[in-house]
Amino acid sequence: MARYIIRRILISIPVLLGITLITFFLLHASGDPMAVYASNPSITAEDLARLEKTYGFDKPVYVQYLYWLRNIVTGNWGQSFLTHQDVLAMIFQRLPNTLILMVTAFVFTVVVSVALGIYAATHKYSVGDYFVTGISFFGYSMPGFWFGLMLIIIFAVKFKEWGLPSLPAAGMYPIRGEPSLVELLRHLVLPVAVLSLNSIARYSRYLRSSMLEVLNQDYVRTAHAKGLAGRVVVGRHALKNALIPLLTLVLLDIPFLFGGALIVEQVFAWPGMGRMYWEHAVWVDYPVLMGILVLISILVVLCNLIADISYAFIDPRIRLQDAS
Amino acid sequence: MKEIGQVLALDRPRPPRIEKNPPGLWQLAGRRFLRHRAGVMATLALLVVVAAVTLGPLLFVPRDAAFRPDPLVINQPPSAEHWFGTDQVGRDIFARIIYGGQISLAIGLLAMVVSIVVGVLLGAVAGYFGGLADGAIMRFTDAMLSIPGIFLIIALTVFLGSTLPTIILSIGFLNWMIIARVMRALFLSLKEQDFVMAARCLGVKNVRIMWGHILPNAIAPVVVTATLTVGEAILTETAISYLGLGIQPPLPSWGNMLKNAQDLIWSAPWLAIFPGVMIFITILCINFMGDALRDALDPHMRL
Repeated sequence: MARYIIRRILISIPVLLGITLITFFLLHASGDPMAVYASNPSITAEDLARLEKTYGFDKPVYVQYLYWLRNIVTGNWGQSFLTHQDVLAMIFQRLPNTLILMVTAFVFTVVVSVALGIYAATHKYSVGDYFVTGISFFGYSMPGFWFGLMLIIIFAVKFKEWGLPSLPAAGMYPIRGEPSLVELLRHLVLPVAVLSLNSIARYSRYLRSSMLEVLNQDYVRTAHAKGLAGRVVVGRHALKNALIPLLTLVLLDIPFLFGGALIVEQVFAWPGMGRMYWEHAVWVDYPVLMGILVLISILVVLCNLIADISYAFIDPRIRLQDAS
Repeated sequence: MKEIGQVLALDRPRPPRIEKNPPGLWQLAGRRFLRHRAGVMATLALLVVVAAVTLGPLLFVPRDAAFRPDPLVINQPPSAEHWFGTDQVGRDIFARIIYGGQISLAIGLLAMVVSIVVGVLLGAVAGYFGGLADGAIMRFTDAMLSIPGIFLIIALTVFLGSTLPTIILSIGFLNWMIIARVMRALFLSLKEQDFVMAARCLGVKNVRIMWGHILPNAIAPVVVTATLTVGEAILTETAISYLGLGIQPPLPSWGNMLKNAQDLIWSAPWLAIFPGVMIFITILCINFMGDALRDALDPHMRL
């Protein structure tokens, strides 16, 4: 097992390097990091040359990459061109807000889609099953940001007009008044609904089919035959095995959850990292963009690693296959 | 003496009667597709949308309605004259949806072409040649899959400017990974088949084997993925246009129409409803069509 884990960790290092290479060269090939200064009329050509020298932009690209990589590893993520704050500090200021959003949406997604998936699989071809399939098709085709706008129209605008208890449409806490857990939860409802919709659609469908596969296995029939209650068979025998493939899917999806969070944060003015990325992208704030991309890459590789290792813990077949 | 073949033929049960003109792959697929009711309906609806955005400007939607501001009809709710209402400078929403649809659909299609070309090329090379090329390409694919595309697309549109080619290329270049994986797996298994061996023995060149012999056998998943990729590309375009980094006004796109709508959501909610309905219907139809195509092209499903 230890050997397996060490090997996984060693494999993930080149992947991480590959991601930094791609992002660095893509951004470098496409953009002039000095653009934000060049457009400023009070900065002369000499100033520009001096700045380029300070930031190392006059060196060849691969040298810049190595310098940059060294700085990333040693924790010096540079300063924002815009605010001159430390990039790492800026990110860590915003990251918790994004994680609140993402973790809540994640838990909600998993609970709802497991429930829907089990229901659809155990009630195959019933009205409820078709309903779940229909919902998942709609959820999969729904543009998240528009779904958010519709929720705002219904639950914030119209509910207020009709005198019903309405939900807030923007921010994490009310502008006036004390931030409290209740307020946070109220502000979370709509963003979490939007962020979860697409994943619920996909996971419930996925779990339905993997559940159906498992329910046909001999050991499930055996469990039924020895007289166990249907709930025990489904919950304890079938579900465990049906969840294994879903686990990989869910963990590999985390990068896309970040992308979804970026849009949701924009729709609901949520002060998270995605919104910061967008705000600084508009100003071509190179170090902040690179910093956020690197951080997400690290988290993604970490998630993949956890997926692989937990997979081996859960499913002994993987572990044995790998050892041989 | 009778020939061995004839003797054996007498012992065998009669072979099933052979149709005179057995249906080919595409004919069978067409029949199966027509049986998929949701898929057929979705295709028809999609044709209506495509016809509306391509023919509409030529026949019944004047350009002025979509582009010229009219201060007399600002922010009007839907009416008989303005079916979907008007926006904050008095342009007709319906007309802008028609013109915006041209752009959104064109971007979806062109970005799909980029994705499919890149994905099929890389996947085919990795699967066919294996070894070092395979390793390098697949690690590259893994890395690309780990980067949330929307972040890179935002950065690329900011750095390169939000022009049509930039948007199409950046969406296309960041969405080829799944098709590459599928192609690799297909090429990996197909290259071991006897017909490839036969072609190789005849001295057919690698390039010709890949594109002339293997690819036609792997075309079904390409068609299905291509369909679904159009939907994904439209979703991405509308999302970045909604963020203000895609198609720039006054040019309309289904996404950037929603950006302006959010500021006015309290006073003029219809601005937010109709462009999104169009995106939603289009994507839904594309997904249904892709689903029907997948079933229709699956060789394991007989009629």
